[in-house]
Amino acid sequence: MANSVSVNTTNKDLWAGGAEPYKASYGKLMMWFFLISDAFTFSAFLIAYGVIRFRHPGYEGTLSDFSFSQTYWPVPEKVFEAFPFFHGVELPLVFVGLMTFILILSSVTMVLAVEAGHRMDRQGVEKWMVWTIFGGLVFLGCQAWEWSHFIHGTDAGSRLLDGSIIYGANLELNQYGPPDFAAFFFFITGFHGFHVFSGVALNFLIFYQATVGILERRGHYEMVEKVGLYWHFVDLVWVFVFTFFYLV
Amino acid sequence: MIEPEVSTIKPQPADKKKIFKIWWVAGILALVTAAEFYVALQFPESWKGFKIFLFIGMTFIKAGYIVMEFMHLGHEQKSLMWTILIPTAFVVWLLGALFIQADAIYQAIYG
Repeated sequence: MANSVSVNTTNKDLWAGGAEPYKASYGKLMMWFFLISDAFTFSAFLIAYGVIRFRHPGYEGTLSDFSFSQTYWPVPEKVFEAFPFFHGVELPLVFVGLMTFILILSSVTMVLAVEAGHRMDRQGVEKWMVWTIFGGLVFLGCQAWEWSHFIHGTDAGSRLLDGSIIYGANLELNQYGPPDFAAFFFFITGFHGFHVFSGVALNFLIFYQATVGILERRGHYEMVEKVGLYWHFVDLVWVFVFTFFYLV
Repeated sequence: MIEPEVSTIKPQPADKKKIFKIWWVAGILALVTAAEFYVALQFPESWKGFKIFLFIGMTFIKAGYIVMEFMHLGHEQKSLMWTILIPTAFVVWLLGALFIQADAIYQAIYG
């Protein structure tokens, strides 16, 4: 009896049940399962977007003649063509491309933080976590600007079916096209933005724990890895949002 | 109890190869994103179907690198990898089912 117990307690990687499913720690495995469920939620959002888009007529003419209308779905690169401090200049998708790049870079710094954690390099973890948090905050700032621009609309606005002119968009009316287009913009980028926000909060928590030495005293930096998984997932979702909302 | 803020643990030296690999993957992701831009803005409008095909292909290349390298799934046990990847087949089912539905609605209104 005593023998069989002592065999199990020597390996610190074992779970309380005495086994180690998939050779992964409990926390990491549960983070993966959470991420699958979260992936289903985002899939449902993006597929619903596709459904509503394809039940509306598409724009038939050439891009140079495009104008906003309530009768067909807008072309994304004609909607998202503004850039801060370049008012009136048409820069299709440049701003959202910059946001994509910022988020990918902050994913890279997160991998570097995880790598530093494996080597018990406290200063390395601190440095790369700061950059990751910084990238997340810049992304959130960009999204705030993007939303603000989308809500306030263009100088010209566009004409509704009843003849009145509307500027920008809200959950009921939308100058860029059918109201559903704005609703999906708010829900998809908003839900993703909330994930970025909670990711930044978690990243800050881990940065704090690393800085005051909690993780070092624990003997490993696995928390950085678990939060890192979440942060990469946020980046992964944005890759899909970028393609299916902005490019296609 | 006040803990000293200076660490007594000496970090192990960084493995140059590992760091290089991380930046290498970062470079691939940046390149693919740049290529997406090129396709979006430089390819003629009439290639619409081909462009969408390229966008989706490049998205899955990026997703693959993020999941397999950054999230380390490609280096976990194979059983764990498939446990995570196989359930995403349900997404394909949802996509098929709802797009058939969307076409039916479109035909009912505009067809």
